[in-house]
Amino acid sequence: MTFALFAEQLLNGLQFGVTLFLMAAGLTLIFGVMGLINLAHGSLYMVGAFACAAVAAWTGSFWLGLVASLAAAAGAGALVELLVIRRLYDRDHLDQVLATFALILIFSEAMRWLFGPFPLYLDMPALLQGAIILPGGIEYPLYRLAIIVIGIAVAIGLHLLIARTRIGMRIRAGSSDREMIAALGVDIGKLYTIVFALGAALAGFAGALVGVNQSVQVGMGEPVLILAFVVIVIGGIGSLRGALIGALLVGVIDTMGRFLLPQAFMLVMEPSAAATTGASLASMLIYVVMALILAFRPRGLFAPA
Amino acid sequence: MAEPVLALSDLAKSFGALKVTDDVSLDLRPGEVHALIGPNGAGKSTLIHQIAGSLRPDAGEIRFLGHDVGQLSVAKRARLGLARSFQVSSLLLDFSALRNVMLAVQARQGSSFNFWHPVMTDRELRDRAMAMLERVGLAGRAQVAVGALSHGERRRLEIAVALGLEPKAFLLDEPMAGMGPEGSKELTRFLDGLRQEAPILLIEHDMDAVFALADRISVLFYGRIIASGSPAEIRADAEVRKAYLGEPQ
Amino acid sequence: MTREFWINGVLALLLLAAPFIALAFGESFYVTLATRVAILALAAVGLNLALGLGGLVSFGHAAFFGIGGYAAGLLAAEGLASMPLIWLVGAVVAGLVALATGAVSLRTSGVYFIMITLAFAQMIYYFVISWPTLGGEDGLSLALRNEFPFVNTLKPLNFFLIAYGLLLLALFVFARLRASRFGAALEGARQNETRLASLGIEVFPVRLWAFVLSAMITSVAGALYADLNRFVSPSMLSWHMSGELIVIVLLGGVGRLFGPVAGAAVFVLLEFALGGLTERWQLFLGLILLGTVLFARGGLLALFAGKARHG
Repeated sequence: MTFALFAEQLLNGLQFGVTLFLMAAGLTLIFGVMGLINLAHGSLYMVGAFACAAVAAWTGSFWLGLVASLAAAAGAGALVELLVIRRLYDRDHLDQVLATFALILIFSEAMRWLFGPFPLYLDMPALLQGAIILPGGIEYPLYRLAIIVIGIAVAIGLHLLIARTRIGMRIRAGSSDREMIAALGVDIGKLYTIVFALGAALAGFAGALVGVNQSVQVGMGEPVLILAFVVIVIGGIGSLRGALIGALLVGVIDTMGRFLLPQAFMLVMEPSAAATTGASLASMLIYVVMALILAFRPRGLFAPA
Repeated sequence: MAEPVLALSDLAKSFGALKVTDDVSLDLRPGEVHALIGPNGAGKSTLIHQIAGSLRPDAGEIRFLGHDVGQLSVAKRARLGLARSFQVSSLLLDFSALRNVMLAVQARQGSSFNFWHPVMTDRELRDRAMAMLERVGLAGRAQVAVGALSHGERRRLEIAVALGLEPKAFLLDEPMAGMGPEGSKELTRFLDGLRQEAPILLIEHDMDAVFALADRISVLFYGRIIASGSPAEIRADAEVRKAYLGEPQ
Repeated sequence: MTREFWINGVLALLLLAAPFIALAFGESFYVTLATRVAILALAAVGLNLALGLGGLVSFGHAAFFGIGGYAAGLLAAEGLASMPLIWLVGAVVAGLVALATGAVSLRTSGVYFIMITLAFAQMIYYFVISWPTLGGEDGLSLALRNEFPFVNTLKPLNFFLIAYGLLLLALFVFARLRASRFGAALEGARQNETRLASLGIEVFPVRLWAFVLSAMITSVAGALYADLNRFVSPSMLSWHMSGELIVIVLLGGVGRLFGPVAGAAVFVLLEFALGGLTERWQLFLGLILLGTVLFARGGLLALFAGKARHG
């Protein structure tokens, strides 16, 4: 194993973590502000990816596709919030789980209806094709590096939005004291729609970015959604900082586990057995880490009081 | 003098810079009603939480029947015989009045891991629970779901549940809250008889009840006990008058 | 006798009669459908113990369902084709897994619990598809249906009766548990955790036991499901399966004795009826579900037998 290979895997882990953050940020905001558990968040990720692929294929521009992914996911999010989600805020988590599970079925089937049963493919934009040589002689795909940069930029942007702007102030107030914010004369219904659409847009954006590296198909959001749950459970539900750190942790541990565990087993086993044992244990690694963290901190690393 | 049943010594608790319990020492002796009074925000609830075990004090000791219970869970303290009634009624809403009390009797017997025998045909369990309901005058309402009971009935049911635990001490958090004058009087008479069974630490805003029942009164003010003594002494205490000035109870 | 008692009796008889009627009309396919109802109802009875009585929203019961299924597949491959043995092994393994995962997840509550049970089930799913001897994405197939003493399990009606018998047994166990001291403590913990602790009952072990028993019942259903399809696939472990089990409990009525039976019947019939009408039946299933959650709270039994009564 060379240093370059190790560094490349580490960057892959970061890239994975950053996309998880885009998903987890929306989930944790929505939970923090509205107290809602949204299983259909993965569907919005899928909507973003499909919108991007369809518009990119139609116009030939990935960038227009990216804009479309934001618009489509935010639009779908706002619509769903207005039609369904706002009836669920006062319900218990069981009802929320059930209703958003139903939304997954509806979204998946609707996508299949619109786009047919076959996966779509997204071409990488010309601007981001090829590799770049990083300090230390590490050759790394430019596109993946761009995802990392974009993800970090979004994290900073979100932080500024929440900490510095008027709408951010309302979001913060909304998550700590609902009556207070209603008493201040803020239209709470509108605020909730905006927060939900914002979370949806982030998910759709993540879907579009990832759609380049894999096929765009129905059900693509579900594995990511479950990992995003792991992320916010580790980070502390409702905490944006927890979501970022949790996401990077999950991304790096998962990627490095898959890379290093088979190699570690090779020291004690014959190669093919080591590869399979290592791979299957690596697939469990992140959940074991989650269990360990929860054993010591049942409400995650950065749970808001 | 008899050994106290419950004794707090030098209890302290802060939330950030705010001292909510400031060096509180207090005891409860057999057969007495010890009332704890004080204006809102004096720290009565936090003190109850620390005694019951749902909050850990920063410093100090809580002894119950000679045991140091400071590190024990809520359930362990309850099993030792500390029965707590809640300020905001926290009965099991889906259950009938009878089942609420039966669960207390069952807890007292320490046998919640019987998976097979139906409780409703357990004569002994039922009879004991019925006896408690009878004592608080709710026998006729035994089968009614808690959700359908009136406020006053729920307050009495809270007491019946505490009785079901056959405790060594009662920790009653505003049992009169929201009761009409007639109900308060009746409950006062009832609690008066209860002290023979186990001493009562009574937190209460209803001063008529407090002065009718208490053998001793302690006054909590901003987390500190500023006075402690017989009802007559407390009535005469200048500091208490000052603390309550402008806030008649 | 309450109205619910009679409705339950009718449900039990209807389910029992269905395969006989089907056979009388020569429609043996419906025997399989009725068996599917019985098996899914059994799995949901397990979940109802945790979810309905304990208020524990487990989004990971597919793990236990799948463990039962894989127990059937693996033991059959080893030549140990006896159903009772398979059920036992599956239930013990599922119970142990529930003990370990429950010990972590029951330290949390609410939405954390939902996500953690989901995550643990997902962990088992990924383990199973990547572990070489478990057949990966393809799963395992059973050459023959496993055996039951003195019964020819290859006859669909016999197999139905086995599943139906187990369902009745599980319902009986559920009813006894609910009426017992343990049930009182478990239902008390659902309604008010603080109250229970202040009575001197530790909530954690009560819930852990309920979770373990619940997992064991669901695992037996998983083994039967594998035998019904003569095939174990990782989809038994998927989170869609967990979701479907919750749907079944909710459709029928959370915490009600026959809720899982009513729910499973409706679910299987919907799947069958909608599946026959349109390729996009999941879309309509989603809409029906959404409608149920938003507008028909309390499930089917609440519609017919009124709000749940508690003694």
